[in-house]
Amino acid sequence: MSKYTLRHDAPNCIGCQACEVHCKTNKHLGPGPAPCKIVTVGPVDVDGHPRMHFVFMPCFHCEDAWCIRACPTGAMQRREKDGIVFIQSSLCIGCKSCIAACPWGTPQWDPATNKAVKCDYCMDRLDAGLQPACVTKCVTGCLSFGVANEAPDPRRERYARQIVAEPLSAAKEVR
Amino acid sequence: MSSTMASNVFGVGRPGRRTVYSMCGMCSVRCPIEVTVEDGHVAWLQGNPHDKAIGASLCAKGSAGLSLEYDDERPHTPLIRIGPRGGGRWRRASWDEALDYIADKLHETIEAFGGRGIALSDRGGVFNDLTRTFVQALGSPNYFNHDASCGGNVHNAARSLLGFSHAGLLFDLRNTKHLVLYGRNIVESLMVKEAKAFMSAIANGMRCTYIDPRASITACKATRYWQVRPNSDYALNLAIIHEVLKQGAYDKGFADSFVSGMDYLREAVKDTTPEWQERHTGVTAEQIRALVKEIAADAPRVIFHPGWMTARHKQSFYVSRTALILNALMGNIEIPGGCLLAKSPEYYGRKGLKHLSDRVPKVETPRVDGAGTERPQWDPAIGMLHQLFAAMETGQPYGIGAYFAYRHDPLTGMPDPDAIVRALDKLKLLVSIDVRYSETGWFSDVILPEATYLERANILCQMNGPVPVFGMRDQAVAPRFDSRPAWWIIREILRRMGIKEVLDFETIEELWNYQLEGTGVTVAEMREAGVVSLAQAATLRSRGELRFPTRSGKIEIESEVLEKAGLPSLAPYESKTAPTDDRFHLLFGRPATLAHGQSLNNPILNEIAPEQVLWIHPARAEPLGIADGDEVEITGGGRYSRCIKAKVTPWIHPEAVFMLHGYGATVPLATRAFGLGVADQRLQHGKLYEFDPAGGGCAMTETIVQIKRRGAGEAKL
Repeated sequence: MSKYTLRHDAPNCIGCQACEVHCKTNKHLGPGPAPCKIVTVGPVDVDGHPRMHFVFMPCFHCEDAWCIRACPTGAMQRREKDGIVFIQSSLCIGCKSCIAACPWGTPQWDPATNKAVKCDYCMDRLDAGLQPACVTKCVTGCLSFGVANEAPDPRRERYARQIVAEPLSAAKEVR
Repeated sequence: MSSTMASNVFGVGRPGRRTVYSMCGMCSVRCPIEVTVEDGHVAWLQGNPHDKAIGASLCAKGSAGLSLEYDDERPHTPLIRIGPRGGGRWRRASWDEALDYIADKLHETIEAFGGRGIALSDRGGVFNDLTRTFVQALGSPNYFNHDASCGGNVHNAARSLLGFSHAGLLFDLRNTKHLVLYGRNIVESLMVKEAKAFMSAIANGMRCTYIDPRASITACKATRYWQVRPNSDYALNLAIIHEVLKQGAYDKGFADSFVSGMDYLREAVKDTTPEWQERHTGVTAEQIRALVKEIAADAPRVIFHPGWMTARHKQSFYVSRTALILNALMGNIEIPGGCLLAKSPEYYGRKGLKHLSDRVPKVETPRVDGAGTERPQWDPAIGMLHQLFAAMETGQPYGIGAYFAYRHDPLTGMPDPDAIVRALDKLKLLVSIDVRYSETGWFSDVILPEATYLERANILCQMNGPVPVFGMRDQAVAPRFDSRPAWWIIREILRRMGIKEVLDFETIEELWNYQLEGTGVTVAEMREAGVVSLAQAATLRSRGELRFPTRSGKIEIESEVLEKAGLPSLAPYESKTAPTDDRFHLLFGRPATLAHGQSLNNPILNEIAPEQVLWIHPARAEPLGIADGDEVEITGGGRYSRCIKAKVTPWIHPEAVFMLHGYGATVPLATRAFGLGVADQRLQHGKLYEFDPAGGGCAMTETIVQIKRRGAGEAKL
């Protein structure tokens, strides 16, 4: 895994898909590829309440990434300093091996360039001292990014705040 | 510079990187944005961090502004129609030619009907000083915003109770303990700042009661969800008020000092018990009592949201009015966690922006829709657009010859486009000023391409709130096509009508300097941050200085305005019959990625737009032989019928079906939206002139549709 963590705090997510567009505009992508995706399931019944489930699917930046092993040209690489898995586009021949190899379907096909494209935590932005596009512009702040273990976990903080606001129901929270 | 050029603002097109503070234009919320421009090209859009309430956040539509800017599927030059209206044949015209054409037709209109025969509608909001000034300068009272199909009912309800519109109340969500929502779908019908505040309040333990026949995503975030019968929310409120009064769960001190008509209220709700409302709403009496008990404990930090889009049914006005009354009963006015009063710059000893409309003589002619005259209950500042169409059709009370639809698309936003088309076709001149090909544009005589919000500067705006601010939409890049900013278009039309002095500005900076005169704020300061606050921090009015601009100076439950109109201040509830068999109420809504009809042709928003499906309850689907995922045929009683996929779910009331709005466009040049999905407004057959008489809003959710499984009733092969 990379040294970073990209957290999705699902209870604070509204499934607005803004992250998908923020991501695409930073990578200058048109229709087709979606390097990150919010998958919405519901409404479902949770203790009589309607609840929507949101699953955020960026790249996990695996330590031993299948996409890197599958890539025949060395275009798919792991950045030494922080473990980010990225594509060096000039080496990509568009064979789609990475797309086939990834268990989560993370690498995407870009019909505009006939090459693969994927989440690289917006390396360009990180190197400029910024946060990934999806995190920067997230509507609710449910996405957060940082060095693993350094960023505070929103779930702990929220639990604490809710205990203070309403001691009885805090334990039941999950929405 | 040729006479038909509009000058770019200083610095546009300059090489290198620059940051421009501006306002988004992807929907009518107009969030503050920061635009990064590289070599004259928009490189990045995000929220304007100078406004702490938004930070860098932006919604999907906001980010897709890049996709709008660099899309070619929008009008490139002025277009003049060839052949019959709506026939889709156009010729390119120069600005001179198109504007001269418009001026000729305006002269014809004035000759036939006088200046009052000219009308304009837009989507309201903070920039309408320009459009109001335009209409007024032509000698017409007939400016309209889009509230007949949006917030008209809540606007006029607030006016009848408080003496000002609902825009005068700001809900302090971050500090409230309990928020009650009547279908106000905060996290999908998105205002970024409001959604942020809402989610942050939820995370901090705010309770939320969400009332809607359909469980939206906001329902999925709420602590309590009531699946009420469609259009029954007024009965619910009458019962809640009954119970609040009965339990004494209201702020008696506040009511004594600031509310008039408490006796009238007691009389109006004396029989509307929690038991009484059960058969109307489907909510049990115990549930009502439990809510009242909860809010009694949380008061005054309880907010009853009076609604945003309230053009639903013929008693929607009273839903908003009773929600506002409940706020008064909570005593939450000008209390943290309650309803804060909007303040003008003058409140803080500052001066507000100068109005362009002050440069034009007042128009005394009565409005064509009777707003403010025969219909005193309707605010003449916004009008009621369906009555403009009625006047076009009948020539009563007087004729209308010319109509400008400015960034407004009534053929998508209003019920029954066929009926609107019949009215529009009587006009001498129909002009669409827009950045895109709208349905109304396609039927018009002239399309004037406005420069996009990234390519143009607007007049400055003033937003009153707990702290009033001035906002700026500045030009980030040069127009890609032969398009112009609205202030320039309007100036040029007025000049051709011999009205030169009203918009006698050569550049937008000159116009801004006029607006800013005496405010102590400069254009340079506006450019530096995009928003300028006129006070350091919000100061709340003390109870002693609380006064409302009504006759009595109090919150008027028994309303002078309504009395004048011959309307009850609180009407008796009209019970609703449940549609049976294949008949359902048609409800509609928005996803967070689309703003009505205007987003679906955007390349990226089109890609992520949800599939339009029809929510239907299993108890009603089953007898019709409809299973989840089946194709069903839907009709609204007119010629229009379409197929749509069924989503069978218990999270919609059995008496209603629900679909997303903004689909089913017919303009072939907008290829991605063309023919995609079902146009709910076309299913609202015969509903153009059905409205709430008190608030004026269209009764859209009273629409009854018929549903059958595709192929049902046909012989099996």
